[in-house]
Amino acid sequence: MRIIGLIIVVVTGALLIYAATDFPAWSDPASPASTYLSPYYIEKTMEETSVPNIVTAVLADYRGFDTMFETTVIFSAGVVCFFLLRIPRREEPEIRYYRHVLTGVTIQLKEGYKIPPSADFERIDAVWTPPDLIIKTGCRILIPFIQLFGLYVIAHGHHSPGGGFQGGVILGASIILLAISHDLRTAVRRMSEKLIAILCAVGVSIYAGTGALCLLLKQNFLDYSALAGVLHVDPITARSHGILMVEIGVGIAVLATMIWIYNNISSAGRYRQGL
Amino acid sequence: MTDLISTVVAKYNYWIYITLMMIGLYAMIAKNNLVKKIVGMNIFQTAIILFYVSIGVKKGATIPILEHAHGHEHHVVHAVDYINPLPHVLMLTAIVVGVATLGVALALAIRIYNNYNTLEEDEILAQIREK
Repeated sequence: MRIIGLIIVVVTGALLIYAATDFPAWSDPASPASTYLSPYYIEKTMEETSVPNIVTAVLADYRGFDTMFETTVIFSAGVVCFFLLRIPRREEPEIRYYRHVLTGVTIQLKEGYKIPPSADFERIDAVWTPPDLIIKTGCRILIPFIQLFGLYVIAHGHHSPGGGFQGGVILGASIILLAISHDLRTAVRRMSEKLIAILCAVGVSIYAGTGALCLLLKQNFLDYSALAGVLHVDPITARSHGILMVEIGVGIAVLATMIWIYNNISSAGRYRQGL
Repeated sequence: MTDLISTVVAKYNYWIYITLMMIGLYAMIAKNNLVKKIVGMNIFQTAIILFYVSIGVKKGATIPILEHAHGHEHHVVHAVDYINPLPHVLMLTAIVVGVATLGVALALAIRIYNNYNTLEEDEILAQIREK
């Protein structure tokens, strides 16, 4: 197998190297990729959509249909991870461990007993280790700023590098950081599984819903200039606002999916200790 | 000889992607461990992403964000001043989708490990044959 694999790889590499001699040279302004469609985008984006960041405009407007299904792919990946791994909560009694928050005393309860949820006691796992104070405090200080930055990246995607995908990943990473620095239970308390699943679907629905709204306003699917009448702006600014709506949808979907995938994979679907 | 060297140097970016791609492809084909195969898949993906991003580069051009200010009518934009935005758009989504597919791959690996107690391909195949 190793030999066959090596032969296949070497033959593929040789073919590619042979083909690479026909490719345009590095950073050639006259290369085919830079001469056919991209000059149109660069020169017309500002006139047609009033969005200075061409990448955002192409992503959410000119190639909006493509991006919608990219978002759907991400959504499906989150759902697939859930269905593959999630082990339904069993109702059979088990030994439970609780920790008194103020004193740090751990209590073991016999099977079938439980303490009603309160601020004094938090439920922990059998292999629970106390999170390090420095890491805990550091993350507590960092996470709000990370989330603020994520919101900035989504909202400011029109004028600076950013957008829904990037901002969504940053927001998701902040919750994942919480799960890593404390434990998975803390993160799930902040953001329950149900909420994540709903956000995931809401994000995709915002995207598709914006498209459908344009359809209802007698324009093509995802042609945001149809929103001009609803938003009381000219069609060009309406396209800019439409891009923002769509980016928010993408951000929510990506945020929820990243956390969902992390939660399921790190705990193998049990939602216990995590990493 | 100088001819050959100048061709290699002029297109060194393609050589890097091809090398990366070969590493990834070899890992996917020849490695026995499923996680190593997944790592190979990601190396392959990185090669493609780098390849696309390098297509967009133009000499003497800046990032594809137009200069703008409130109150000023936008001046004429020349395509040669801005790098190609299209590969960036395609790769931006590809990176996030790549993370999502990596998640699915790892989820499958966890399921396989739960069923067969191993991630080595030959051991899994042996267990399937026994059944």
